[in-house]
Amino acid sequence: MAEKFKEQAVIIRQEEISYGIYSMWMRTDRITALAKPGQFVSVYCQEGSRLLPRPISICEIDREDCSVRIVYRVVGKGTEELSQMRTGRSLDIVGPLGNGFPLKEKKAFLIGGGIGIPPMLELAKELNCEKQLILGYRDSLFLQEEFKKLGKLYVATEDGSYGTEGNVLDVIRENGLEAEIIYACGPMPMLCAVKAFARERQIECWVSLEERMACGIGACLGCVCNSKERDSHTNVNNKRICKEGPVFRAEEVEF
Amino acid sequence: MNTKVKLAGLTLKNPVMTASGTFGSGAEFCEFVDLNKLGAVVTKGVSNVPWEGNPTPRIAETYGGMLNAVGLQNPGIDVFVERDIPFLTKYDTRIIVNVCGRTAEDYCEVVRRLASQPVDMLEINISCPNVEQGGIAFGQNPKSVEDITREVKRHAKQPIIMKLSPNVTDIAEMAKAAEAGGADALSLINTITGMKIDIHRRTFALANKTGGLSGPAIHPVAVRMVYQAAQAVKIPIIGMGGIMTAEDAVEMMLAGATAISIGTANFRNLAVTAEIVDGIREYMEQYGVKDVNELIGAVK
Repeated sequence: MAEKFKEQAVIIRQEEISYGIYSMWMRTDRITALAKPGQFVSVYCQEGSRLLPRPISICEIDREDCSVRIVYRVVGKGTEELSQMRTGRSLDIVGPLGNGFPLKEKKAFLIGGGIGIPPMLELAKELNCEKQLILGYRDSLFLQEEFKKLGKLYVATEDGSYGTEGNVLDVIRENGLEAEIIYACGPMPMLCAVKAFARERQIECWVSLEERMACGIGACLGCVCNSKERDSHTNVNNKRICKEGPVFRAEEVEF
Repeated sequence: MNTKVKLAGLTLKNPVMTASGTFGSGAEFCEFVDLNKLGAVVTKGVSNVPWEGNPTPRIAETYGGMLNAVGLQNPGIDVFVERDIPFLTKYDTRIIVNVCGRTAEDYCEVVRRLASQPVDMLEINISCPNVEQGGIAFGQNPKSVEDITREVKRHAKQPIIMKLSPNVTDIAEMAKAAEAGGADALSLINTITGMKIDIHRRTFALANKTGGLSGPAIHPVAVRMVYQAAQAVKIPIIGMGGIMTAEDAVEMMLAGATAISIGTANFRNLAVTAEIVDGIREYMEQYGVKDVNELIGAVK
């Protein structure tokens, strides 16, 4: 069983890096030591009326500084509360959770869409291969300067305000890009399109999924996705996104 | 100080148990909680064959609560017997298996399979609001509560606990019906049927449209129903519904519960069950309570 911990993390710094998108570095000894790209942490609210942890992907890991970074979008009261927390405050978190991305030495596409972009940053840092970083934004950009240092960066925006006008697959087609493996995280329509693209080109494809969760550790069976094969734990065609995932081989899951 | 309680002839080291469906079979939680500290582990509901459960989203947070419509996904009794029971027998805690089914025969089949297993009690779920057949369909009419209780009891080797629904007009009547059918104990309350609508997307928050509301939002309802049921029957009651703290647990016992189950609180704090065990002891010290049994139904 992969080890995970309940810790009180201390906020080192937090800033709004784009409209409604926040970057938070927090110090956590044990979680940092074991964290891998593609894993997530459960962040608990202070406000007692908000019972469920917010699952947020790990964007960066700084093992020397014993800290992890999360980059998240404010989408409701829980993330709003989180965005207002200042340096020095502590918060309860549990992690590292989930399986994370496999690190393979193959020419890769790292595809991130919207708030699916952050987990690709640590993956880009840890992958030792030729990396083509393909990021899709609605309009305003974030983290692109940091990605630029880690591989060849391609950007798509829906409104065409930066890079290619369109989506991540438009970028790949427009530039005639090729890869042997795809890692992707982003909204469901994007993941569906990426999965179809990978199947058509016969490229190995890994996707990171998300779903509403309650426990985050595999007990409540809230966050399942349909799987092609019968799962050995659930004994039905369901896999737990928080436990067997969030990263799956694209053809292994139905979405 | 005595924290032991007796439930249908069985002694529990303390009154703290887990609420079915929130704790799996304990394996996922054992990294955060010493299961040996708990009075009992109540497992996720198990049926005669594997159940896939409902489509997602299955979970929605609400103010002071949450809705779930998991739909009793479970691996079926075969896997449960092979994997989950051997895991739990390694711990010094009571094992209570929650049983679900679509028909009376489904329940009885599981109960018979468990007869030879090292489990201490069976909790019969006749109150799940999230499945089309079975579940709550058995739990909303006193006649069917009595009938299913009698039928299950006939096949059971272990004491049976009937888990009652709050989605009824008169909980006392249901409690009496289960007692008349031969129940050894009662669990209440299961979740309250609710609904949440996402006003931005103009859709239901849950794929199942409705779900079961749990969490602190329902605690006063649970306290009231435990009190009413305790007034109506002689068999012991396991009280649950929004218990987040030791204070909530003590309140439930004062209302008439012999033991208490912790459900949704497990999601807010993965170690909460053990903390509530300690918290009850602290309450007893603070008020000079020598025996936890003094609390049961002490407020009349």
